[in-house]
Amino acid sequence: MDFELSMEQEILRRTVRSFAEKEIAPVARELDEKEEFSLETCRSMGELGLFGMVVSEEYGGQGMDYVSYIIAVEELARVDGSHAATVAAGNSLGIGPLLYYGSEAQKRKYLPKLCTGRSLWGFGLTEPNAGSDAGGARTTAVLDGDEWVINGSKIFITNASAPNSLGVTVMARTGTREDGRGAELSCILVERGTRGFTAREMHGKMMWRSSNTSELYFDDCRVPRENLLGQRGKGFHQMLETLDAGRLSIGAMGLGGAQGAYELAMRYAKEREQFGRPISSFQINAFKLADMAMEIEAARLLLYKACWLKDRHQPFGKLAAMAKLYCSEVMGRVASQAVQLHGGYGLMKEYNVERFFRDQKLLTIGEGTSEIQRLVIARLIGAI
Amino acid sequence: MNLVVCIKQVPDTETQIKVGADGKSINMDDIKWVMNPYDEFGVEEALRIKADKGGDVIVVGAGPKRVTEALRTALAMGADKAILIEDEGLYGADPIFVGKLLAKAIEPLNPDIVFFGQRAVDDDCGLASSSVAEALGMPQLAVIVKQELDGDTIKVQRPVEGQTNVLSTKLPVCLTAQKGLNEPRYASLPGIMKAKKKPLEVKTLADLGVERDDKIEIAAINPPPERAPGKVIQGETPEELAVNLAKALREEAKVI
Repeated sequence: MDFELSMEQEILRRTVRSFAEKEIAPVARELDEKEEFSLETCRSMGELGLFGMVVSEEYGGQGMDYVSYIIAVEELARVDGSHAATVAAGNSLGIGPLLYYGSEAQKRKYLPKLCTGRSLWGFGLTEPNAGSDAGGARTTAVLDGDEWVINGSKIFITNASAPNSLGVTVMARTGTREDGRGAELSCILVERGTRGFTAREMHGKMMWRSSNTSELYFDDCRVPRENLLGQRGKGFHQMLETLDAGRLSIGAMGLGGAQGAYELAMRYAKEREQFGRPISSFQINAFKLADMAMEIEAARLLLYKACWLKDRHQPFGKLAAMAKLYCSEVMGRVASQAVQLHGGYGLMKEYNVERFFRDQKLLTIGEGTSEIQRLVIARLIGAI
Repeated sequence: MNLVVCIKQVPDTETQIKVGADGKSINMDDIKWVMNPYDEFGVEEALRIKADKGGDVIVVGAGPKRVTEALRTALAMGADKAILIEDEGLYGADPIFVGKLLAKAIEPLNPDIVFFGQRAVDDDCGLASSSVAEALGMPQLAVIVKQELDGDTIKVQRPVEGQTNVLSTKLPVCLTAQKGLNEPRYASLPGIMKAKKKPLEVKTLADLGVERDDKIEIAAINPPPERAPGKVIQGETPEELAVNLAKALREEAKVI
């Protein structure tokens, strides 16, 4: 067993931490309050190399391993969930499907742009009436000559309507499965600006307020036949695989967010005095901090092991589901106790910890709810 | 142009320093080590000169194997080559000796400019650069916030108590960087990957023909005194409070 990170991973962690503290921390609260996506911070994250981290240099990426990618997301989330979301969705959901299933032409066309962070790509899966039941998607794509004609809508799609969004991968029904059991699903690429395709920014979010979230509308939207991603009928499978890997980055957001909230709580509890003593010296508070530190450590080991398996091309789906579930729930507990330790000040925006408290809630819902994760794990351990 | 940057690896500025069991070294168990922040200004300035005038940036460090990480970080920022003088016992050595040692490694590089941070944030000595300048017979321009190169002449600015000294000399020169000289770049992700393939040469004291020759040694390290708890002045009326405050300042704190 070897728990040591490589020197490159250590340098990477320091780089991303210092970048997040200097470039993102000063603007995070204001962007959150305004519910505003920042093109500027997105661009500087791109310049640092945070998009296309696991993509080979050939397509403009950094050629790093999955552990490195997850460390980067963790360090961003330690400072701000929204920016971590932009990077995690950009890599796992935007770039991922193009990288793993795209044709050589599709990869050459899109990946170099997406790897600079100057352009973003969305992954259109969830629909107003198809959340956990993603296979029940109603959006349809019908082949008409050499074109797909797409109709339907998608919701809660990250990075699809930012000023620099270039397009989306959309999962749609393309027919009925050969065995007659349910719909045949396929993924199709749709560029921004295609007639009949509208991406509308969603507002009024509780969390991730400076990440870009969209509703997508397809109204007789026509795209060339070659915009099919991978094979026809493989859409559901592609979606499941994409989410397997995506879970690792959601786990990283939980881990990093828990770490950030814990550090805020620790600092505050040592400085805040009541009854003539720092409140961290009261056992009831010290034990809270001890529990936080313990759970964060356990979450980190679980998540890193899942990434390590992926880097070694071993089955990682079970651990990815466990890590996603555990890290997001750990952040929930840690952020809640971190606010508690702050007392009344914890309820105020000025103290930042309330942002962690809000941001954590997405993690038990997005990219597979905690309930679905438990179902995935229960199936993988053979309980059902 | 041969640009050499000397790098010291120091405890991360957020580390809580504890005195070691021997009372004259620090406890290194939980320390995260980083490149001395002032040295980052040196690396950045060298990279900017390289971009403008061409040349090579070579970073040099001395200390235990862990110093490799600080050197790799400089390579990831864009330096071309690194030299590590590896010795497990060098941390805490006499800075004048460390300067002589560095000079031995730097001399064959035929440097035009040798950069240092104005001091290391661990021992705050700021001596190694003077020692290198002395050993190599170079002028030293210390604590600079701006430099301009014109052929083989360099002009620098050095802040002094709200004023600025403008100094100039001929190359080769030893410079020490002060905050304000520039804004150091990040070690970008592509840079980190490229750094893996850049040359890092390891030398020992024996390779350089140097033996330990420290003139000073650390006799003791004392932690800062613990902050005494505050005292709340008691009293019913403002007058009474003032009297009690004055009394406390005179009799207990003995400041008036």
